[in-house]
Amino acid sequence: MTAPGESTEEQWVDDHAGPVVRPYAVTRGRARPVTGTFDLISLVTATRAEASPEVGLGPEHLAIVALCQRLQSVAEVAAHLDLPVGTIRVLLGDLVARDLVEVREPRVTAGLPDDSIFEAVINGLRAL
Amino acid sequence: MDYGHSERPADAVPLPTAIKILIAGGFGVGKTTMVGAVSETRPLRTEEVLTETGVGIDDLSGVEGKTTTTVAMDFGRITISDDLVLYLFGTPGQDRFWFVWDELALGALGAVVLADTRRLADCFPSIDYFEGRGTPFVVAVNCFEGARQYRLDEVQAALNLDPGVPVLLCDARQRESSKEVLITLMEHAMKTRESRRRAASAE
Repeated sequence: MTAPGESTEEQWVDDHAGPVVRPYAVTRGRARPVTGTFDLISLVTATRAEASPEVGLGPEHLAIVALCQRLQSVAEVAAHLDLPVGTIRVLLGDLVARDLVEVREPRVTAGLPDDSIFEAVINGLRAL
Repeated sequence: MDYGHSERPADAVPLPTAIKILIAGGFGVGKTTMVGAVSETRPLRTEEVLTETGVGIDDLSGVEGKTTTTVAMDFGRITISDDLVLYLFGTPGQDRFWFVWDELALGALGAVVLADTRRLADCFPSIDYFEGRGTPFVVAVNCFEGARQYRLDEVQAALNLDPGVPVLLCDARQRESSKEVLITLMEHAMKTRESRRRAASAE
């Protein structure tokens, strides 16, 4: 076994061998989610403790539900599952359609944020 | 927006709002280093697979079948409070991925343009981009060892910046220094917003 992140040019084992299933196959050929747009910083949280395997749900779907027991952004879900964002968007669309996750879109459409957000960020950074 | 379909208990706290700040600049200038210096987790990497390559930029003759390319973005997270989460995104280094920048810049509170005085021109595209878009930004000169120290007004002049744009020195490896850059950016963004509001009401 090798530690994660360790360079193993001679050994092609585990993650170093590349993904076993191509991203496009994970979504069963779909390039667009059935619902939702999913910004990189849309926040995702699971609506139940675990999703049981059912028709139409793959291991990646279940992994997202497990991961999103704690709030995660779309970008974080993609990073942790090591899949492209586009693939994650398709999977999230399936989960939203089944009410297995809840998604909060960022406030980009509501125009500029109000001063209180800037003040909160400044105070939050100072407190780090 | 409706979220009325969940099984979450009625007394569950509402989901927080996510906001983002971009860290831009040339290749190797320390974007990911800065993200890592202030992030509560190690920098994460996300990839966007693009199905249309930069037409007119990439020479596809002979490889017309290859229509995907991968853009990687490093990012970090700072939980400000129970209802506010800040994400820091390092912009992809390759300038031709403007459409990824457009997605990243949408709704961003502001941007840090990291500069290296040995290769100042590397940050021109980032500055042009944020000026054109009207995204508030600051220029942070990352102090590399061995680099000649310039005065900040020299950097300001060399970059032909609007006098209102803050320019400051930083060490992207240091948490305190990177925090200071982000705080300066937020203060600048607030001021920019205020002056735009005044200008709009004066018309």
